[in-house]
Amino acid sequence: MSAADSLDLPSGRGEGLLATYGAWIAAAGALAVLPHVFRSGLAVSTMSLMGIMIIFALSYNMLLGQTGLLSFGHAVFFGLGGFLTVHMMNAAEGAGVRLPVALFPLAGGVAGLAFGVIFGAVSTRRAGTAFAMITLGIAELVSSSALILRHFFGGEAGVTTDRTGLFHPFGLTFGPQVQVYYLIAAWCFVSAAAMYALTRTPFGRICNAVRDNPERACFIGYSTRTVRFLAFSLSGMFAGVAGGLAAIDFEIVNSAQLGAAQSGAVILMVYIGGVGGFAGPIIGAILVTYLQATLSDITDVWQLYFGLLFIGMVMFAPEGIAGLLARQQPLLQRGQLHRVVPFYLLALLPGLAAATGLSLIIEMTNQLTVHAPDGPAMAFGYVRINANAFLPWLIGATLFLGGTWLFLRAARLAGDAYDGALAAPRTQKKPA
Amino acid sequence: MTPPSPALELINLRKSFGAMEIIRGVDLAVPSGERHAVIGPNGAGKSTLFHLVSGRFRPTAGSIRLRGEDISGMAPELINRRGLSRSFQVTNIFPRLTVWENVRCATLWSLGYKYSCWRNVERLADARRRTEEILTEINLIERWRTPAGVLTYAEQRALEIGLTIAGDADILLLDEPTAGMSRNETERVVSLIRKVSERRTLLMIEHDMGVVFDLADRISVLVYGEIIATGAPEQIKANAAVQEAYLGAQVA
Repeated sequence: MSAADSLDLPSGRGEGLLATYGAWIAAAGALAVLPHVFRSGLAVSTMSLMGIMIIFALSYNMLLGQTGLLSFGHAVFFGLGGFLTVHMMNAAEGAGVRLPVALFPLAGGVAGLAFGVIFGAVSTRRAGTAFAMITLGIAELVSSSALILRHFFGGEAGVTTDRTGLFHPFGLTFGPQVQVYYLIAAWCFVSAAAMYALTRTPFGRICNAVRDNPERACFIGYSTRTVRFLAFSLSGMFAGVAGGLAAIDFEIVNSAQLGAAQSGAVILMVYIGGVGGFAGPIIGAILVTYLQATLSDITDVWQLYFGLLFIGMVMFAPEGIAGLLARQQPLLQRGQLHRVVPFYLLALLPGLAAATGLSLIIEMTNQLTVHAPDGPAMAFGYVRINANAFLPWLIGATLFLGGTWLFLRAARLAGDAYDGALAAPRTQKKPA
Repeated sequence: MTPPSPALELINLRKSFGAMEIIRGVDLAVPSGERHAVIGPNGAGKSTLFHLVSGRFRPTAGSIRLRGEDISGMAPELINRRGLSRSFQVTNIFPRLTVWENVRCATLWSLGYKYSCWRNVERLADARRRTEEILTEINLIERWRTPAGVLTYAEQRALEIGLTIAGDADILLLDEPTAGMSRNETERVVSLIRKVSERRTLLMIEHDMGVVFDLADRISVLVYGEIIATGAPEQIKANAAVQEAYLGAQVA
């Protein structure tokens, strides 16, 4: 009856069990069912890795997406969490301590938190570019230490462990990969829920305020340095949990896991999935892990494709996949999505053609340079081609250039269609 | 018997940037509950003075006292927690957060939630009530879902004031709250300022003489980093030095 009611102001009351927890119940169900759908060994181990990377990417998003801190050294906490977990597992096994494997990711979390506090005390004194540079320095420091302190980091070989050698309540040996999958799934669910809950606390909201406008945050009573420090430490903790799970999953940790490539990978995941929102990093972690697993089988220059994908996303869809999806939401509400989907498909076809053409050129170049001793004969997909012949190059260039041109035109049409559909009145329904 | 300390007191305050002295020995006492305006020509150092008082700049010399307590050189957040809140000349809000979230963030510290990371922010009844009150007061309640970055200029200026009063500070510093506003919008902001400055101490920088003479109990005139006159509006209008230095033909 009051004006406040008609405005639908936040009431503080929950919106019903399903509205509040529906997505989480669905996620838990999906996590439980997935290994029964994708049963192959490769699928289960890929999904295990996805679960780990989801935690890692979400922890990175606490920094970049929620607090606006670009860190180049997030793998430090992942790796150190992994090393601590492995050493704890080995120590527990050696001493005969009866601790279940399922608890060891906690060791990773504690390590991540502790190092987050130590490195955070240094790096979060500054924000922006200075912060990014300090994290880069810390990452270099830790990865070079990893090669010097061989006793702890195991040199280039790393440190191994045996997850089956520990205490096994309820007969869970964690020998079969599927048991490890469920362990990871459970930790992934709990960590994701905890990180989501954190975004909905006063601290989480103030992180957003600091991201948006650190100066103003001081003038509403908050120390931006403290906010950055807390976010950095907590983010380190969750990265450490992810590293601990990786240690249990692989039964080995080496210095590559705290190196620059791993730090780069998490930036890639978060950017491709979408910075800021909660779904973006999850999408990014799943997609990038899947591509890493599949692309690396198909081509040995898969990292080049990642670079191109990354550049493409940052240039054309800086909000990431989650952002692209979120932009369809208002159309869905207006019942206008059917007006733009044909245009998306129209853009997709030349886009795929351009990608194929570019890939053909890259693969032929790779064949003629890196694989020069093997001769010019090669396979591109199911097609056998000769990299020295003129025709494949012509086809590659034509597909790439023509596809790009058509794609850009179709993308403009799709953009116009999008604007048109958005401008359409909300009430207008398609006649039945 | 000692009189109560003024809400805000500046004693021989100085600020230099390199060899340039911008604030050159300012003395000012604003008693509790007063609406005090600082006027002066462009480049007189009015905004610098606000930056000093609010902690954005550290004074070169002199002291700033908040209810008798020395706050000179303190970090902005510490000054804010002591009950002094400021607005900015150039709108300074959280552009990606909704209007609701902007104001709620500004209420959190004063309600004691600090860095709490275990409470659900949506369940904080007092923060919700206070946010609703502020939004009603600044007339933005209907825009509560809107991201602050897409508000109109006048709405952003209103939100700027909302952020300043949300923390329940009892001393407000408003830096040109009506800058760039139409006549109508200015009138609305003046009545808003009048309302929010009840039971509070107000120090404001303002260029619009109509607003200044309408709102202020007392006025200080800052010229080249020095206060050349302080007094009631009638005294300032009549002051020959002020007329020469600043008001000139505007009032005469």
